[in-house]
Amino acid sequence: MYEILERQELNNTVTRLVIHAPRVAKKAEAGQFIILRTDEDGERIPLTIADYDREKETVTIIFQVVGATTEKLNHMMVGDCLHDFVGPLGKATHTDGLKKVAVVGGGVGCAIAYPVAKKLHSLGCEVHSIVGFRSRELVILEDEFKSVSDKFVLMSDDGSAGQRGLVTDALKSLIESGEQYDEVITIGPLVMMKFVSLLTKEHGIKTVASMNPIMIDGTGMCGGCRLSVGGKTVFACVDGPEFDAHQIDFDEAMERSTMYKEFERHAHTDACNLFKKEVE
Amino acid sequence: MANMSLKKNEMPTQAPDIRNKNFDEVALGYTEEQAIDEAKRCLNCKNMPCVAGCPVKVHIPAFIAKVAEGKFEEAYEIISEASSLPAVCGRVCPQERQCESKCVRGLKGESVGIGRLERFVADYHNSKAKVWPDKIKSNGHKVAVIGSGPAGLACASDLAKKGYEVTIFEALHLAGGVLVYGIPEFRLPKSIVQMEIDGLIALGVTIETNTVVGKSISIDELMSEEGFEAVFIGTGAGLPKFMGINGENLIGVYSANEFLTRINLMKAYRENSSTPILHARRVAVVGGGNVAMDAARCAKRLGADVHIVYRRGMEELPARKEEIEHAIEEGIVFDTLTNPVEIIGYHNPDNKRDPLNGTVCGMKCVKMELGEPDASGRRSPVEIQNSEFVLELDSVIMALGTSPNPLIKNTTSNLEIGPRGGIVTNEVGKTSREGVFAGGDAVTGSATVILAMGAGKSAASAIDEYIQSK
Repeated sequence: MYEILERQELNNTVTRLVIHAPRVAKKAEAGQFIILRTDEDGERIPLTIADYDREKETVTIIFQVVGATTEKLNHMMVGDCLHDFVGPLGKATHTDGLKKVAVVGGGVGCAIAYPVAKKLHSLGCEVHSIVGFRSRELVILEDEFKSVSDKFVLMSDDGSAGQRGLVTDALKSLIESGEQYDEVITIGPLVMMKFVSLLTKEHGIKTVASMNPIMIDGTGMCGGCRLSVGGKTVFACVDGPEFDAHQIDFDEAMERSTMYKEFERHAHTDACNLFKKEVE
Repeated sequence: MANMSLKKNEMPTQAPDIRNKNFDEVALGYTEEQAIDEAKRCLNCKNMPCVAGCPVKVHIPAFIAKVAEGKFEEAYEIISEASSLPAVCGRVCPQERQCESKCVRGLKGESVGIGRLERFVADYHNSKAKVWPDKIKSNGHKVAVIGSGPAGLACASDLAKKGYEVTIFEALHLAGGVLVYGIPEFRLPKSIVQMEIDGLIALGVTIETNTVVGKSISIDELMSEEGFEAVFIGTGAGLPKFMGINGENLIGVYSANEFLTRINLMKAYRENSSTPILHARRVAVVGGGNVAMDAARCAKRLGADVHIVYRRGMEELPARKEEIEHAIEEGIVFDTLTNPVEIIGYHNPDNKRDPLNGTVCGMKCVKMELGEPDASGRRSPVEIQNSEFVLELDSVIMALGTSPNPLIKNTTSNLEIGPRGGIVTNEVGKTSREGVFAGGDAVTGSATVILAMGAGKSAASAIDEYIQSK
């Protein structure tokens, strides 16, 4: 069992948990992920590692409530235990030799972009962080990003936080103002990553996207997480989760991500009602 | 007096039209009377051809003789000398190609129902109040077993009985490997697998789930930091194969591994399951092995019309005979001599937000005919010109086998890997790396439960020899 040691609500739907998981903490690197189950009959869900502490043997995850499992997870408190917690899975972010990088995060994807920015910063790389949210109340990790970024740009759809507009607008003006990046690393909604990728392709800047497809085992056994990259089928769990964004078939990935949308919607509603009853 | 009936005692089963709607076990097992009657069909041949057909050399005539006398526990003792998982093998071994294919009674009539008798004996034993074996006194040596499928369980069991301190590392949240994620409940109830695992724990074996060797810890670290003197790799086959045709990433295309894992391990067939599964109306399962049959029969139970699409003929289907018969009885259609060339997806040109965009709506196939036998003696299928047709479908399950998982080979120094990705071993499971042994699908590629179990057993004795001679 894996105990929850800390719990913090970052906004209405995004929560940060610090979990005691010695084996995972010992090996975790930025860019890798874990799979967890909340309880014995629970679904297996992948979540990217947001932080780790080898001495305290802890791993931090940040998640957004989107379905039944994240709903359940959001109702677990300090002292509760997760039934299963396995990792670290996937390959770590490739950081060797990078001197200047733009990290582009969107929404809860910023939770995964942050450890990448932090790692690059600690290696002496110049980090420009561009993060985007729908509105002010959804902003997470603002101070954390600032502390590891040489340049920090906050964007929001409605202008309630930072500048009004999309992350691609900000990235575009930075590139056009003459900033030269070795690489752009993008983590967030598929549609955002697709447009970041289209933009950087135009400018010939190498770009890496972190993918989070539907997954079960996370060890290469089920093949559910397959993507088309450069016309070839790859498995995000063992070959990724990060890939050359210019090679990824984002349209296919977006279609595949909707596979169980109906199920999730129903499960979420069911779970919500269930919890309401328990509270009464 | 031997029972000279030409036919086996029939196996009581759930009626096809009832069982194809539930996940309860199909075959119900012999009664004591049926078992004794069947056992009496055995002629107790001196040269024991059946034993030669058994990969782990169970002393078949001896256990059957005990069944004929009604001494079922003694029969169990005899089977357990050679087999670690009798209740499992009695259910999933391809007996018609192993022991039963050599049975003298099969020359005229049907062979003795050896598999059914093995299952009866194991179930009889398991139904009695369980007396767990006493924990064996430790000999002070630690061995790590990676993977808790049939190879790992067999290896751990034999080593624990010799006094080794065995830890099994399992990547998933539940032990059992393919026995729990792959083979469905209606063919192998999970309670039977759990009983075997409980037996191992009683012997003193530690099982550490949620540990991916190659990620959470490496083999090098197990040996240098955690004090394991030897390691057995029984990680099974890995990445599912696809055909490489267009449309394989459409919504509704599953690998058999994913489809079966959702259903078996994650219990997606239960109404209140938190793991989703598509409930398709028409499904094609591509492939002809046991995994294809399992996937097809699961899809049927979820309410679909199911077609098996296989490029050779009925005679060439590699699945167990009983599974093919059961599948036919349950209403699964066999489109043999048929090969898929493309999976067709739905895309609404007028509505980019149509929820059906990107979903499977059909599969283009060609008809095949069998050509001349090739070097291996198998007749290879050849495409018939202009025979294209489209099967209307909303789901496709690819059951084409697997290729070895790269996690261990990428993280273990000096481990020799064969040209097809399998770990290279000698005949007793020794790898190129000192103290590291391997067996089962991780070495051979997709094979059977019994072969994996046999490999686990021979590696166990090789590990014992290796540690004792150090």
